[in-house]
Amino acid sequence: MKKKKSLIQAVPFMLPSMLGMVIFSFLPIVISIVISLTDWNGLDKLNGETLGNSMVGLENYVRILQSEEFWAVLWHTVYYIILYIPLVLVMSLLVASILNRTMRGITVFRVLYYIPVLTSWVAASLIWKWVLSPQYGVINQLLGYIGITGPDWLTDKVWAMPAVVLASVWKDMGFYGLFLLSGLKAIDVGYYEASRVDGAGRVRQFFSITLPLLTPSLFFCVIMALINAFQLFPQIQIMTEGGPNGATQVMVERIYTYGFKYFKMGYAAAYSWILFVIIFVLTLIQMKLQKRWVHYES
Amino acid sequence: MKKRTVSALLAAALTASALTGCGGKAEAPAQEQTAQSQETQEDAKQESSEESVDISAAKESGGEVTITYANFNASGGNEETLQKMYEAFHAENPNITVNIETIGYDDYFTQMQTRVAGGTAPDCYELNIENFAAYANKGALAELTGIDVSGYNATALSAFQVNGKQYGVPGNFSNVVLIYNKDLFDQAGVTYPDAAWTWDDAMAACEKISALGDDIYGIYQPITFNEFFKVAAQYGGSVLSEDKTAFTINSPENLAAAQMMIDKIVKTNVQPTESQMGGMGDWDLFESGRLGMIPTGIWAFGAFTDACDFNWDICVEPGGTQKATHFFSNALVVNKDSSKKEAAAAWINWLASSDEAAKMRIEAGWDLPAVSDESVLSGYLEITPPDNKQAVFDSLDYLAVAPIIEEYSMMADMITDKLSLAASGELTVEEALNQAQEECSAQIKLQ
Repeated sequence: MKKKKSLIQAVPFMLPSMLGMVIFSFLPIVISIVISLTDWNGLDKLNGETLGNSMVGLENYVRILQSEEFWAVLWHTVYYIILYIPLVLVMSLLVASILNRTMRGITVFRVLYYIPVLTSWVAASLIWKWVLSPQYGVINQLLGYIGITGPDWLTDKVWAMPAVVLASVWKDMGFYGLFLLSGLKAIDVGYYEASRVDGAGRVRQFFSITLPLLTPSLFFCVIMALINAFQLFPQIQIMTEGGPNGATQVMVERIYTYGFKYFKMGYAAAYSWILFVIIFVLTLIQMKLQKRWVHYES
Repeated sequence: MKKRTVSALLAAALTASALTGCGGKAEAPAQEQTAQSQETQEDAKQESSEESVDISAAKESGGEVTITYANFNASGGNEETLQKMYEAFHAENPNITVNIETIGYDDYFTQMQTRVAGGTAPDCYELNIENFAAYANKGALAELTGIDVSGYNATALSAFQVNGKQYGVPGNFSNVVLIYNKDLFDQAGVTYPDAAWTWDDAMAACEKISALGDDIYGIYQPITFNEFFKVAAQYGGSVLSEDKTAFTINSPENLAAAQMMIDKIVKTNVQPTESQMGGMGDWDLFESGRLGMIPTGIWAFGAFTDACDFNWDICVEPGGTQKATHFFSNALVVNKDSSKKEAAAAWINWLASSDEAAKMRIEAGWDLPAVSDESVLSGYLEITPPDNKQAVFDSLDYLAVAPIIEEYSMMADMITDKLSLAASGELTVEEALNQAQEECSAQIKLQ
């Protein structure tokens, strides 16, 4: 009885945000599923009649899965993820470890490391384009000092994606670093003290204490990084525009192009739902694997 | 059991919220608009499929009217000029008030598409050539009748006709000329280009100029569909058949054109490859004084006047077997679902063809009005550099209008992709054109 009463009392408080979620999230999501079953061009009036007249069932999905372009674009995204996730986690862990001190002025450093996260991708991409410039960029200059002729980075088929990964890691390591920092802080100092008594060195402490107890935070970072990586878009658009010759083309760009340039909104909607399914399945797999490597303190 | 389903649902909710939260700009507005449009039960399809508005009758509609007009052309510096034009219009037509929206080019078309789909598009607005065909073919525009044709440049007006019906008026026009670095020509001992030049003459000059230094190049011509259909016209070819029912991308004339475009990068390297450009823009290369010639739009004059510390001038673009030059124009259109079509039509007609608007446009150094009155255009000639401004008007004699079809963007992207592969040496020119022909024919339906 009590439970029901408090639930009823809670409803008016929940109503505003629930209404917002329904109107701006759930309703459009449902509508977009319907759109993905049509060949609506994105320009005709959006109403029941237009959608009804343009129903094509699962044709969009079939065409996408059969198109060479989809698999190429999927591979590029996966390639990005294979390079990006390990690198960003290692760098974030490094950043978190460095920032995990109680010296004076450490907050200044924490802010500095976080600033890239706050910059807009447009600004950051433009700067990185120059940094990666083959003749005038900083990176190739530095490589030149140690006698290496740097590659053409963004215009080189092999190095374009690694270049984008580099820029992305720079921008995101503050973000994940912050999560890992709070994870580090949550580790009981007692563990380190006890291990020192037993003669453990810093390296042993890191791998036997820090890492295992950090796995919950790491797990969260992996999931967030995966979800974001599949939606890779702004930096690619500005740095390479999908080039050279389509070597860095990714899914979200295709969705945008089909929906807003080629007037094939139904196709684009189907594309985005396939993207959703991929991300969803991967997240589920991660959650299942959780039991194997994530160590939650009882 | 329960825990697993709950966590599965949570995973779904988390993914969904993450997707909506971090979604690109393109996703969110479209979804918001579709939610709103569910409420507007207007069934536009039930009305007659073609709505037309008679421009000549527009002036007679009395009564106070307020209309909305959206554009992108004024963004980035010309908002004041547009406002002045409106004030002049309002003085002549005090009963018509226009709410002007100026939106940046990058965001303009996504928001316009969403507004049209949601039924909240402005009464009149601007469109570029690429999007005009799609909007007209999908029935978003009102047909314009009763236009005083004599006031407009004929080519410009014809660009916005579909099946003989006028769906927009040209709000401005600009074209492409050859801009060259006089100092580099002097250094290489080559005579300046003139209107009689062919690409063979240009290539000879390029060789001499490129020889001046390792990072000096003769010419830069973008390898895009935009350039290709024009160069094809210069060799007597075209991308579509005369009646626009078939693709003719790999015709022998087109092959000659594409060969010229690609050879100068791949064979003689008088044009830098993308790697050699290293991300530098083509204008930047010209402004740095290391480029002999660049065919580019007349809107570059302002930028080059400021940035170039060498002498430069212009001339009509070289030809192949004949001359063909680019022509760009933006259409001013009336929303088919507007309830104030007459007022909207009056405004865009005034903006596009009245003498006052034309003069203001030229004086502000904005772009050119698409009018036929030469005396109005003469003010343009007096602004130098470049000295040979007359070449802008001479180029008008050889205009090649873009092959506008409904799926223009897709066709343009496909052909550009194949040509880029040829420019980076991965395909031969012939393979590139053949593949483009195959793919376009397979994926795009022509009427």
